[in-house]
Amino acid sequence: MSKVKSFTDLKNLKSEYHKKQIFGTPAESLVQIKVGMATCGIASGAKEIKKFLIEECEHQAIDAEIKQTGCLGYCYAEPMVEVQLPDSEPVVFGYVDKKRAKSIIENYIIQGEEIEGEIPISFKTIND
Amino acid sequence: MTDTKKQIRIALRNCGLIDPEQIEDYIAQDGYFALGKCLTEYTQDQTIAEIKESGLRGRGGGGFPTGLKWEITKNVEADQKFVVCNADEGDPGAFMDRSILEGDPHSVLEAMAICGYCIGADKGLIYIRAEYPLAIERLKIAIKQAREFGLLGNDILGTGFNFDIELRYGAGAFVCGEETALIHSMEGLRGEPTFKPPFPSVSGYMGKPTNVNNVETFASVPVIINKGAGWFNKIGTEKSKGTKVFALAGKINNVGLVEVPMGTTLREVVYDIGGGIVNGKEFKSVQTGGPSGGCLTKDFLDTPIDYDNLVAAGSMMGSGGMIVMDEDDCMVSIAKFYLEFTLEESCGKCTPCRIGNKRLHEILEKITEGNGTEEDIDRLKVLSNVIKDTSLCGLGQSSPNPVLSTIANFEDEYLAHVKDGKCPAGQCKSLLRYDIIEDLCTGCTLCFRNCPVGAITGERRAPHFIDQSLCIKCGVCFEKCKFDAITLT
Repeated sequence: MSKVKSFTDLKNLKSEYHKKQIFGTPAESLVQIKVGMATCGIASGAKEIKKFLIEECEHQAIDAEIKQTGCLGYCYAEPMVEVQLPDSEPVVFGYVDKKRAKSIIENYIIQGEEIEGEIPISFKTIND
Repeated sequence: MTDTKKQIRIALRNCGLIDPEQIEDYIAQDGYFALGKCLTEYTQDQTIAEIKESGLRGRGGGGFPTGLKWEITKNVEADQKFVVCNADEGDPGAFMDRSILEGDPHSVLEAMAICGYCIGADKGLIYIRAEYPLAIERLKIAIKQAREFGLLGNDILGTGFNFDIELRYGAGAFVCGEETALIHSMEGLRGEPTFKPPFPSVSGYMGKPTNVNNVETFASVPVIINKGAGWFNKIGTEKSKGTKVFALAGKINNVGLVEVPMGTTLREVVYDIGGGIVNGKEFKSVQTGGPSGGCLTKDFLDTPIDYDNLVAAGSMMGSGGMIVMDEDDCMVSIAKFYLEFTLEESCGKCTPCRIGNKRLHEILEKITEGNGTEEDIDRLKVLSNVIKDTSLCGLGQSSPNPVLSTIANFEDEYLAHVKDGKCPAGQCKSLLRYDIIEDLCTGCTLCFRNCPVGAITGERRAPHFIDQSLCIKCGVCFEKCKFDAITLT
């Protein structure tokens, strides 16, 4: 990476990354999955869940971007997984063990069914 | 169903949203924009004025106005100044700083650079406890990436401003969260506080002017610059602006991290966001401010939470630990627990803290063992006030707070211990008494056979008896009896 030389460069970089990351408007076929991986999540088994999700998505040929994030604050329900289907609002699932992770992929992502363990988003963002 | 939108995430805005190990993610969320804006559009004074106008106060506990601190440090003439981030989070049950560093490390780096620009420092140091390995790892990655992007280092964004950040590790001593002790620890000296003034803003790290702020304080700064002081200061109460992150723990259903506008009531935090008390038990108290804070009763449930209201209620904001207690918690034992923590963590430099707290602990021990008197409660109060008045640093000055606030709010519980020899919550083992009801005892010998200390005597098919002088109150007989013939009082 070459250095960012000016504020204008930074602004351009932002638009570039913003487009790439398609925040809020997922591309048509891409499923975005975020796994809460702060100390609390990892201690509850988030690493294994992330690995499982990567393998399972590959296995089922789901076009997904799976990444780690920090803490959403719902410590009581760790591990947490957030899924954003194309053209939908993100949905957060709590208490995700392998069984629920499998259900997230097979029932929620593939079949589009509602599944157990959804945690309501309980905060406003700075842009609300 | 809990009310879902009582929280606003400012300091935690990116936690759970971005990958903390990808600077690209942070930049996509307007990362380093505030720094760019300050360096290219604002003078140092304009930036400080913006922070002052926002009303941001130190989130580490003291609540000192952040903008004013920056201004004081800026106005000291020196060839070298430092920006220090206090990441020595030590209150039992508090983990908001760790979550910010693990979820959004760049926000802290960016704010430190902004602070450096304002006060005229080109060097930042993050004092972080070595017990936070993941936070350290992510900070290291973040610093490396920021350097690669030229957002730390020399000539940042082509403006000629230089700023770089290094990490310093603490060994996890509570007293090192006190800023003078923290600075001594960074200098390689013993982590002991020294008298203020001089304040670090005048003479801090290596004797140079040093601006120390807490993680959460820094994490709020970029938002203030990006969205404007006027946006920020509309949130909160008259004297406490913005939001505060609380680590909600204890007997509460939704244990977790919450960020609420200042002025939110305890009831909203405990019931609407926290989902109420575990097993539907009755709320008794909430402890805020950690070992320096106090216990609030249900009378304070509708008090808006801000710096000044909490102090008026006999507690303090602290760094944001919030431990919820229910009817089964003994307040004398709670006071004893916090004092044990202080005893462990006292650096031992000044006598009131080192010996005074030890004596306080002994009196509490005496009370929970059933040997206390009413005079002991008076002695607790007098000694607490002496420790408060004469200790050297904040640790000692605030260490009796849990004792004083539990006496103020739960004196009846102390009296029950010393006058009636009872622990209303049933927590103090020495004050429990197991008895066998003669009429109900069938003489089955089950309790006799299970008692680990041979305190139960009696013939088969005849009532048994417990020798109170031998009983260790383990409760095995109570659990084993099939005829409910054993009472616990």
